[in-house]
Amino acid sequence: MIDLMGMGAGLVAAGMQGGTAVLLAALGELVLERSGVLNLGIEGIMLVGALTGFAASHATGNPALALGAAACAGMLMGLLHGVFTVMLGASQVVAGLALMILGTGISGFFGQCFIGQTAPGIAPVAVPLLADIPLVGPALFRHDPLVYAAVLLVPVIRYFLMRTTWGLAVRAVGENPEAADVQGVPVIRVRMLATAFAGFMAGLAGAHLSLAYNRMWIERMVAGRGWIALAVVIFSLWRPGRALIGAYLFGVVGAASFRMQALGSRVSAPLLQTLPYVTTIVALVLIAWRARLHRDADTPAALTIPFRREERS
Amino acid sequence: MRRLIFHRRHGRSALHDSLTIAGSIGVALLAGYLFLEASGIDAAGAYRALLVDPLGTSYGFFETLVKAIPLILTGLAVAVAFRMRLWNIGAEGQLYAGALAATYVALFTPDFGLPRAPLMLVAACAAGAVWAAVPGVLRATLGVSEILVTLMGNYVAILVADHLCYGPWKGKTTFGFPMSDRFPDDAALPAFAGTRLHVGLFVGVLCSLALWALLWRTKWGFQVRVAGSNVRAAEYAGYRVKRDAVVVMILSGTLAGMAGGVELSGVLHRLQPRFSPGYGYTAILVAWLARLHPLAVPLVAFLFGVLLTGGEQLQVMGISSSLVDVLQGLILLSVLAADAAANWRMAWVVHQGSALSEGVVHD
Repeated sequence: MIDLMGMGAGLVAAGMQGGTAVLLAALGELVLERSGVLNLGIEGIMLVGALTGFAASHATGNPALALGAAACAGMLMGLLHGVFTVMLGASQVVAGLALMILGTGISGFFGQCFIGQTAPGIAPVAVPLLADIPLVGPALFRHDPLVYAAVLLVPVIRYFLMRTTWGLAVRAVGENPEAADVQGVPVIRVRMLATAFAGFMAGLAGAHLSLAYNRMWIERMVAGRGWIALAVVIFSLWRPGRALIGAYLFGVVGAASFRMQALGSRVSAPLLQTLPYVTTIVALVLIAWRARLHRDADTPAALTIPFRREERS
Repeated sequence: MRRLIFHRRHGRSALHDSLTIAGSIGVALLAGYLFLEASGIDAAGAYRALLVDPLGTSYGFFETLVKAIPLILTGLAVAVAFRMRLWNIGAEGQLYAGALAATYVALFTPDFGLPRAPLMLVAACAAGAVWAAVPGVLRATLGVSEILVTLMGNYVAILVADHLCYGPWKGKTTFGFPMSDRFPDDAALPAFAGTRLHVGLFVGVLCSLALWALLWRTKWGFQVRVAGSNVRAAEYAGYRVKRDAVVVMILSGTLAGMAGGVELSGVLHRLQPRFSPGYGYTAILVAWLARLHPLAVPLVAFLFGVLLTGGEQLQVMGISSSLVDVLQGLILLSVLAADAAANWRMAWVVHQGSALSEGVVHD
């Protein structure tokens, strides 16, 4: 019985570890989608962030600096997406896919020389006192700082979106940009800032993978987490708190499938690895079903629709 | 009604379109060249391997055609789906599903007395269709994002192929390598003497003609194109848009699945894990650069065949083949930028009819 609880605590800890990258990326994307822009390139941005973080840590030996570098690289990619979709009005779907391909390429190209290398990673920090509580301590309070930061960001982003003027501007721009424009909200500027923020968070998310979760560079190491972050945003109905649930759910499923492999399950490793992806599809179906029953899709009304002031007439 | 839809295309002539795309590719290649120079790599040598060798040597030329075949089929698959604004980015997974079904027919079915190759292709089409039907039905009935479901389907199909190659289907004559046994001889598509080029090329070109005829010469095709440019108009006209969406996804999956079957039957002759160099993703570029037009797909597929063949050459030179992905991303971005620039000029000139300007701006 005790052993079972210990395993449960271990699973929760691993789920938080594994879900953090998804949570960081999903929080950025959530704010962006609230402003009416969809970035399908998250996967590519996370890859660039993962490599930049690893390379910077390898070069400087300073993981904190590396995190900043990864976030900046992600922000640049996000701004690139913004230039195309927000400023030029290009198709958000196609521009996002282009970014995914470009990010995969850039990270693979420059990552070649980092395969098999090591770099200083981000060490776990035990929270004083709380970490010593049996079961709860190891499960919740012995993580690396980014895990805590991601959790703390959830209420911060919720507060920002629902209680601040800038958050209101983001939501207004995503629901009805024409009306927001009439009210004097700078639609383009708000959306550009949101794309930068989403890129920043995706870059950070990638760096969490290469500096804390795996602590190495592996080609295509993001392995679909960027796409799962997009699914988490839909699953969350564009609410930060529910994004945390979705991301950790993904983390727990991934950790469980890994443990089943380690325990010598009769199901083969590749089949167990399909679990997070299959779970994502199931979660999307369930949430769509629920939205249908309650008739509240909650999708930002202007999502994927470019804004042009000339069209207002 | 007809006029309203056709207006969208009137804005650009085919010549203008081709020049835009050629110019964009040129800009992207130039950017790639500078990118290589900046990272301290012999850019001229890399570009020679990437662009000149595939066209200048007979081996390279045939290899380019070989690579163009799955790109034609997956490119058509993406084009038909995108035409209806169904963002099927799961051609890669549907290709693997097709490959798995083809392998099953080649290795594990009794001899029907018929050549296996055609049966393999039928099975591959069916498997691809099923793989795409799932996201299609979910989209049409519940409104689930087909982008994410098709993409998840890629990961699942590739991992199932891994499972089979490392496990149940691992060959007895492969010296422990994780791949299936070689297919029997009657599972191979006929190849041209002395080359790896096979009749799949004709299959691809025929599919491109057939898809064009279906979309531009039938009533159903017209309905699909209307629904793609204006869902409300299509619904108002009484078209069964949701049913058509499922059918289009099935058609798309059929084409992508066929690509998997053709690749195994024509080139690889066995199932290997991760055999596709991302055909299903490159297909997105092929379709987009072909302006989602079936007849333009083979031509664009050939261009990207050059890039993929060149990518293999790069690896021989010790340069990461990820350069191909970098160039693909740059090409897509520069086409998007060129289109946006062109649209802006249009939006200035055309400003009387709301339907017209809307079509120009959103396309």
